[in-house]
Amino acid sequence: MVDKIKAEVRRLNFWYGDNHVLKNNNLIVAEKMVTALVGPSGCGKTTLLRSFNRMHELYPNTKSEGEILIYPDSINILSKEIDAIKIRMRIGMVFQKPNPFPKSIYENVIYGLRIKGNSKKSYLDEIVEESLKKAALFDEVKDKLHKSAYDLSGGQQQRLCIARALATGPELLLFDEPTSALDPIATARIEELIASLKKEITILIVTHNMQQAARVSDYTAFMYLGEIIEFGTTNKIFTNPSERLTEEYLTGRFG
Amino acid sequence: MNREDLKIYTARYIDHAFAITGLLCCLASLGIIAVLFFDLVLDGLPRITSTFFFSFPSRIPEKAGILSAWVGSVIVIVVTALFSIPIGVATGIYLEEYGKKNWITDIIEINISNLAGVPSIIYGLLSLSLFVYLLKFGESILTGGLTLGLLILPIVITATRESIRTIPQSIREASYALGATKWQTIRWHIIPYSTGGILTGIIIGLSRAIGETAPLITIGALTFIAFLPSSPIQPSFPFISFGWLFDAFTVMPVQIFNWISRPQKGFHINAAAASSVLLVMTLLLNGIAIYIRYRFRRRIRW
Repeated sequence: MVDKIKAEVRRLNFWYGDNHVLKNNNLIVAEKMVTALVGPSGCGKTTLLRSFNRMHELYPNTKSEGEILIYPDSINILSKEIDAIKIRMRIGMVFQKPNPFPKSIYENVIYGLRIKGNSKKSYLDEIVEESLKKAALFDEVKDKLHKSAYDLSGGQQQRLCIARALATGPELLLFDEPTSALDPIATARIEELIASLKKEITILIVTHNMQQAARVSDYTAFMYLGEIIEFGTTNKIFTNPSERLTEEYLTGRFG
Repeated sequence: MNREDLKIYTARYIDHAFAITGLLCCLASLGIIAVLFFDLVLDGLPRITSTFFFSFPSRIPEKAGILSAWVGSVIVIVVTALFSIPIGVATGIYLEEYGKKNWITDIIEINISNLAGVPSIIYGLLSLSLFVYLLKFGESILTGGLTLGLLILPIVITATRESIRTIPQSIREASYALGATKWQTIRWHIIPYSTGGILTGIIIGLSRAIGETAPLITIGALTFIAFLPSSPIQPSFPFISFGWLFDAFTVMPVQIFNWISRPQKGFHINAAAASSVLLVMTLLLNGIAIYIRYRFRRRIRW
């Protein structure tokens, strides 16, 4: 079904305290494709997404079992022997609400490189231009790279956050409902961007917007109460789901 | 007028009444400060001349000045700041960013809020036994600075924590998601974005410290000092001396206290003049705090 696998979730279980949030999840993320995680609020889709870059470690009382492998080197992302920082350098993330730093556009983009100790100006300049171009933002901001990121509109801020994530050259990009705080026009631009980004990068996206999943993704996983109910090509899931639960959710009977 | 209209009318009336009451309360407190200030200035103005600033205290009121007092105040405040800022800010950052939520941090937290409420003379007594007798720092500038430093430490810690708490979690997550360590996140984000609030808290703490009298009298600040502390810069090797830290000192409020307890009318004029100067020093510090807050707020908004 999937040509080339970029990442693989195996028997993943996750707990917030005593709350068993992810139950025995198995998932395949196809390389240079868009995989969407859909499902009603509280089904665990964001929790699953945030397991990929180990964001849960920032908070107390979380526990996970199982593994998430990333290829080609088959490293288990969740392994305690691997530094979370190493993982986060390979896996970028774009959040629900645009969260640029209150710094200049330029400083925002190079932050990931700066903390790795890169300070060669010509190199950083090049990366800034390249990343902003990939995020379809360069033309709008090329004359004000040293102005505050807060002067940008919400949609531009979100594209800046994408540029910031791209600057470190990640292999996998996680999107956590990236358009839920944006208007329809800004949303359309982000969706176009996702379509063009998948030529170079693998994308995993959480969305509560079914049309968005149908528009941007190649594969879809439907989640319900912490379980992955069904996984398949987006076309199949949306036109001919095998599970009754999936069909009921997609046709709006609950959720 | 029907019932509905009457209700709206009453609500509006209460609204206006509250606005006017609030305004009157504001004006009352402002008025009290203004009256106090003008009263002091009127009494003290004839004495506020350059000789007043550059003379040592004297038995003759007309010849007495505040040189040793204001120099002492400035130096003690510098020591206070050097002591309380690093410790206070580091504590605040640790408690907010590193400290795990458990009973130890809970106890630390309760202690800090209690310390803020301890009467200042208790700090004086603590310092007397700790710094003066046990550590043998003497009745010195160092002891004075450390005492006031301890006194304002809770203010600095609380200001740091409050300021850090206003930074949205999403900013931290953005930083961590890019592969930053905790320290990198603190160094590039937490500290820069909370500087305004931290500085404001520090200055408010220092402006409280500058007016403190009781703890300094307790540790033995002298009321009659006719010399300046020794210079930190020396003509011979190693050129820098910390001898001044161990010199005896006086500060503005102690000098004022001394003058006001004298029977002669002339010294009361001196006290009024010195009080005006102290008030201006405090207002200046608060002014700086307001300016800093304004500058930083303009740059960062969440």
